[in-house]
Amino acid sequence: MSAFSAIGEGKEIDRNDYTPGLEPQATWCPGCGDFGVLKALKGAAAELGKSPDEMLLVTGIGCSGKLNSYFESYGFHTIHGRSLPVARAAKLANPGLQVVAAGGDGDGYGIGGNHFMHSARENHDMTYIVFNNEIFGLTKGQTSPTSPMGHKSKTQPHGSAKQPLRPLSLSLTSGASYIARTAAVNPNQAKDIIVEAMEHDGFSHVDFLTQCPTWNKDARQYVPYVDIQDSDDYDFDVSDRREASEMMHETEDALHEGTVLTGRYYVDSDRPSYQQEKQQIGEMPEEPLAERYFDDSYEWERSYDNFLDKHK
Amino acid sequence: MTNDELIWRIAGGSGDGIASTSQNFAKALMRSGLNVFTHRHYPSRIRGGHTYTEIRASADPVKSRGDGYNFLLALGDSFARNPQQNAYYGNEEIKPLSENLDELREGGVIIYDSGLLDASEIEDFDERVEENDWHVYDLDLRTMAREHGREVMRNTAGVGATCALAGIDLEWIEELMTDAMPEKILEPNLEILHEAYDMVEEEYDVDAHDVKIPSGEHDEEQVLMSGSDAIAYGAIDEGCRFIAGYPMTPWTEVFTIMSQNLPELGGISEQVEDEIAAAALALGASHAGVKAMSGSSGGGFALMSEPLGLAEMTETPVVLIEAMRAGPSTGMPTKPEQGDLEHVLYTSQGDSHRIVFAPGTVAEAYTQTRKAFQIAYEYQIPSIVLYDQKLGGELVNVPASHFDEEPNPSLGSTLTEAEIEDAPHDESGKFSRFRYDTPEDNGVAPRSIPGQKGGRFLATGNEHMPEGHISESPENRVFQMNKRMRKLEAIREELDGDGVNNTVYGEEDAQYGFLTFGSQQGTVEEAVDRLNDAGHSVKMLGVSEMAPYPVDQVTEFIESVDEVLVVEMNASAQFRGLTQKEIGRYGDKLSSLLKYNGNPFEPQDIVEGFEVNIVEDDEHPHTRTKYVPAAGD
Repeated sequence: MSAFSAIGEGKEIDRNDYTPGLEPQATWCPGCGDFGVLKALKGAAAELGKSPDEMLLVTGIGCSGKLNSYFESYGFHTIHGRSLPVARAAKLANPGLQVVAAGGDGDGYGIGGNHFMHSARENHDMTYIVFNNEIFGLTKGQTSPTSPMGHKSKTQPHGSAKQPLRPLSLSLTSGASYIARTAAVNPNQAKDIIVEAMEHDGFSHVDFLTQCPTWNKDARQYVPYVDIQDSDDYDFDVSDRREASEMMHETEDALHEGTVLTGRYYVDSDRPSYQQEKQQIGEMPEEPLAERYFDDSYEWERSYDNFLDKHK
Repeated sequence: MTNDELIWRIAGGSGDGIASTSQNFAKALMRSGLNVFTHRHYPSRIRGGHTYTEIRASADPVKSRGDGYNFLLALGDSFARNPQQNAYYGNEEIKPLSENLDELREGGVIIYDSGLLDASEIEDFDERVEENDWHVYDLDLRTMAREHGREVMRNTAGVGATCALAGIDLEWIEELMTDAMPEKILEPNLEILHEAYDMVEEEYDVDAHDVKIPSGEHDEEQVLMSGSDAIAYGAIDEGCRFIAGYPMTPWTEVFTIMSQNLPELGGISEQVEDEIAAAALALGASHAGVKAMSGSSGGGFALMSEPLGLAEMTETPVVLIEAMRAGPSTGMPTKPEQGDLEHVLYTSQGDSHRIVFAPGTVAEAYTQTRKAFQIAYEYQIPSIVLYDQKLGGELVNVPASHFDEEPNPSLGSTLTEAEIEDAPHDESGKFSRFRYDTPEDNGVAPRSIPGQKGGRFLATGNEHMPEGHISESPENRVFQMNKRMRKLEAIREELDGDGVNNTVYGEEDAQYGFLTFGSQQGTVEEAVDRLNDAGHSVKMLGVSEMAPYPVDQVTEFIESVDEVLVVEMNASAQFRGLTQKEIGRYGDKLSSLLKYNGNPFEPQDIVEGFEVNIVEDDEHPHTRTKYVPAAGD
């Protein structure tokens, strides 16, 4: 009998089950793209039949970090840029949990960039959603790692002299095994992509374009979008790194010329997840580690019986 | 003094096998029935550079490295000559000999490898030998080793020669080598061991000096253990099965021991991208229901400041290990100091709190690491084990029975699903994880673990309501702050209740007191013995609880003596400052003896510091230590 009976319960779940009873302290402005992420995540969780008690949603800091306040599940609202290491360890401790990490472009590609690279390279079995609105929102409109060159803000009054970071290409180079981009303005595609990402066995990265009507002054920032899978103009094999890479470059170039391309870019279903690799080399138990602490019959080994001989 | 203890120093270059040879030698001496204590001195480089290990062996208890030493085995560094002439020692080839003469006691013994070292290059060598009545044996260990095929066996030849000169029975060394060495290298090593032994016995007068190994006996089985070993085993026995870390000297030792052992125990070790990630991983694993730890040394621990605060705010149990080395910044990576005390106590923003233990001995490192886990998981608060490079690296013998304790896998104040069902929830079904009215009225609200039915809540570093929702309500803020602070009061009560973590030593009604913390404890104890033997009246309180500070116990100690000398290994008297802050008075009774030159205190430093500064009230002549008088003096 599992100590975590919510895991794999598989009961009928309604999207409203993910709505908290308490009205959260509002931080999202009217028209904010973050509502699109929330909607897509609720839809995806319901479609997958995940109960709020078996989901762990780990967030960073900023508007995106408030996702926890609007989404009912186990949650960990961490610190700037650190959602990934917290989420990774929770998944290792209890692989049965459906672990989703979320953060913004400043949080995830700036201060947490190092964790992003390494989580992707290790291919942890989890989903990472980055709310990409090309701006720092909650600190009131500073330039972010994905802001275009020339972007003017209070902290970059002469305009940014930096190239925007290329999240999709970086993700591929780092080793993520599922990479997609979607947009809040396209809720159906977004939901489908998050479903796929959550089902994917490995590190799934979703770059989620979320318009910021307050600080980017343009509520239609990512409109119109193009779904590359639905368009005849873009034909490539999502399982081919080279083709995916070229498509990503094209997408990243096009964004700042006003063409919003979205869709699945890379899916590697063959690569084992980090958990599987670790189990294979004998560095991770088959049973969830967390279960052991609730198992009264488990015999705990101790140093006296195991290690002292070599010190004698 | 020479007859009741052997302090053997083996010196050479890093990469010469000094560490492994001395470790085996120490174990052999322990097996022969002696008490041993090792002190390591090494530079921050891989090959070459001046390194030595001292092994002090005595039938009596040994609590420190002692003062100086009486037997030098000076090996040369073969890398000085090959492949590039000046690449390692440069023209300092005589270092293993010249660098180690200052602390060699009168009447001491020197063996040096004449195949690599030339004493005539040291200008005043002969005069010093005569002046100090040293007994010098120049043996061509290098050639002997080459004849047996491998130059690195100079070490074994040196050990053989040592045994002949110090009267050590080869049986113990042989037995140990047989246990420790793979068959392929065992045979030639045994050969060279005997050859060196026989050669010395035949060709030299081994009784010309009186540096001989004492004989002793243990009344129970012993293990040779370092502070790093003890911390790792304490964590394992307390049910810790998850560690995340990033390598940094000297913390790496604990990390390595854990990483090598956890997989076999069904645990998980993660070497990650940086220390922020490491601490965050430990939090994530703990949040998900596993006993977890991380750790680092000064600079790496600095990065853990934010996760540390997050642990407190989210009431996530976690144990962090902090291994001090000399700072500021990267400082002296391989040298001990106790300069991170304030860093560990006060880092992280806001009204943040953590529990800090600073074990004084290897044995305490084990028990207090266990205690750190118990407090962390029972009270849902970060706790820290603070130690230093000295305690981490020194090998001492500890009764094996000390580790014969039952494992404790309890997650502390955690609920089962059945218990969660009966606990308070809000109307949407969210569990009141941070309820004000805690069952024990000690600020501890038992937690749920993700995946448990009906237990969902939000952990957040922002101030939050009972279910975890972010809130800036003034009323809630005060309730939650008070709730977290109540835990501290309860922990203080629990720790003060037994006082067992702090060590009292010496004459109960002594006139003078020593106050110290962490790894200096054993050295001060030895100084206390020596001073009392010399007719003074002194005692010691070795404090291991840095936070919460044992105010009552320390106050009582200060009140019981005329004056207190605070001994610590840093330049700004951080522990004395903490004591004065916590006690709030008696600043005029506390003076300081400080040492911060990269070497730990020797008992003689303390004996002299006390006699000169306290008893004679004289100018302190010692350049190795610094005396800071009491406030108002």
